[in-house]
Amino acid sequence: MRVGLVCPYTWEVPGGVQQHVGDLAEALIGLGHQVSVLAPCDEGAEAALPPHVVPAGRAVPVPYNGSVARLAFGVRAAARVRRWLREGGFDVLHVHEPAAPSLSLLACWAAEGPIVATFHTSNPRSRAMAASAPALRTALEKISGRIAVSEAARRTLVEHLGGDAVLIPNGVAVHRFAAADPLPGWPGGGGAIGFLGRLDEPRKGLRVLLEAFALLGRERPGLRLLVAGPGDAGEARAALPEDLRERVVALGRVSEADKARAYRSVDVFCAPNLGGESFGIVLTEAMSAGAPVLASDIPAFRSVLGGGAAGELFPVGDPEALAARAAALLDRPERRAELSGAAREAVRAFDWRAVAADVVRVYETVLPSGAPAVAADGGAGG
Amino acid sequence: MAVWAAWGAGLVLVLVLVSFYVSWRATRLDRLHTRVETAWAALDAALSRRAAAVQEFSSGPWVEPASAVLLADAAAAARRAGSADGAGAARELAESDLSRTLRAVLEEPGLAECPGGREPLREVEAAAKRVLLARRFHNDAVAHTRQARARRLVRVLRLAGGAPLPGFFEMDDEPPRVPGSFGAL
Repeated sequence: MRVGLVCPYTWEVPGGVQQHVGDLAEALIGLGHQVSVLAPCDEGAEAALPPHVVPAGRAVPVPYNGSVARLAFGVRAAARVRRWLREGGFDVLHVHEPAAPSLSLLACWAAEGPIVATFHTSNPRSRAMAASAPALRTALEKISGRIAVSEAARRTLVEHLGGDAVLIPNGVAVHRFAAADPLPGWPGGGGAIGFLGRLDEPRKGLRVLLEAFALLGRERPGLRLLVAGPGDAGEARAALPEDLRERVVALGRVSEADKARAYRSVDVFCAPNLGGESFGIVLTEAMSAGAPVLASDIPAFRSVLGGGAAGELFPVGDPEALAARAAALLDRPERRAELSGAAREAVRAFDWRAVAADVVRVYETVLPSGAPAVAADGGAGG
Repeated sequence: MAVWAAWGAGLVLVLVLVSFYVSWRATRLDRLHTRVETAWAALDAALSRRAAAVQEFSSGPWVEPASAVLLADAAAAARRAGSADGAGAARELAESDLSRTLRAVLEEPGLAECPGGREPLREVEAAAKRVLLARRFHNDAVAHTRQARARRLVRVLRLAGGAPLPGFFEMDDEPPRVPGSFGAL
């Protein structure tokens, strides 16, 4: 299938939508489809683009929706979109975040044929989306399949624009985590437990893990705790007895690459969350890295871990139970290897490959049999 | 005389602009109706395909007879309702029953391990997911069309012509969660 993807935001600036479009494009290519991505791109950065990304010119900083966003608009941008549509001969056009006044909206406006759109924003008070709804409607009416990446995004969309959408969450780039090298000197002979998340967000449950570490650390002199995520590490250490504090290593806010290395640096990855998680992206990343997982028994984690088959569960907010389970895992390398293998197997369901297969199913649903390819309409207007 | 000519020209210009606007609105509405038709064709096809996949699956040696009877019966009822009722309430009911039967039977543990049954089971699962997608997109198109037809200009000028008001297709479309299944939907 020939697929045209449109990203509304500058390609080389890190962001959730850009990452999503990049990963989806790679996964679709991996499934054997032909993909072309149209995205704004700064001058001089074109050389670094992957071969399937077509630059659409510079995005301009402009106040929008309460902040300054970099968007691509205007006559020249519209002409570039038309040319890309004409030259691409796509079977299906897949735009991202078409409610943002940028390339995706222009592509909806200019194209005739099967259009799929993915909505990323989940903002209950998206005033821009509400105020400009009549102007958007004409372009968005052409979309025959709408996807939301989260339940919150779906609700935002339904409230502001009406209609409905299917839910297809973001995938996990399993291969990116699977091959990372551990940090130098980790996990070390005495064992290491890992945590990732905001240190000062009570619901992430770091406090529970620290209490368990206070129990474990006394019996195991070499055991260390690797903590990654924004927040005050000094404050977190203060919850421990003094002799254990220096065994907590805090990485602070980490890059994607260092995050992958952190997962690979520990003997047990712990997710002691008290609730409030709807999916458990952290768990799927740790599972991709093959880290043995020990997580609190909340519904989202139970479901990701296959009821406990791909990682162990402990009662929510119970430091003693956490300490006992962690000790059992630290003492039994063969059990850790077993969990690691089960995790790698189970996480395949959340891999981008699987997500892309669901997206292809959407394409097939909106493609009437024998339909003509996507075309750029002749003149202005729609 | 010149004044009248100017008035006349102005009036013609206004009429031309108004007719352009009205025809643009009519084009939009026409496109929405086409979208509903395409979406319904896709949904109809997805439903038939699901029933066919379930019948195929239920006839294999990998299901025990009790499950086979349940599946075949629900699939046959959905097919009958489809050919007799089009998009009516009886079909909505029959298709919902098929969804419920699928969940009850296919979510039983052990089914996915049966030799030879894995492929047909994946077929059923994929077909059930397609029904969910197609129905969402159909009802989305219907919602937008009904919204557009409720506008005053469309009603007063009868821009919809003789096209019937499209109706939603309401059913339970939750696909079965087959153990060890692939994909996030």
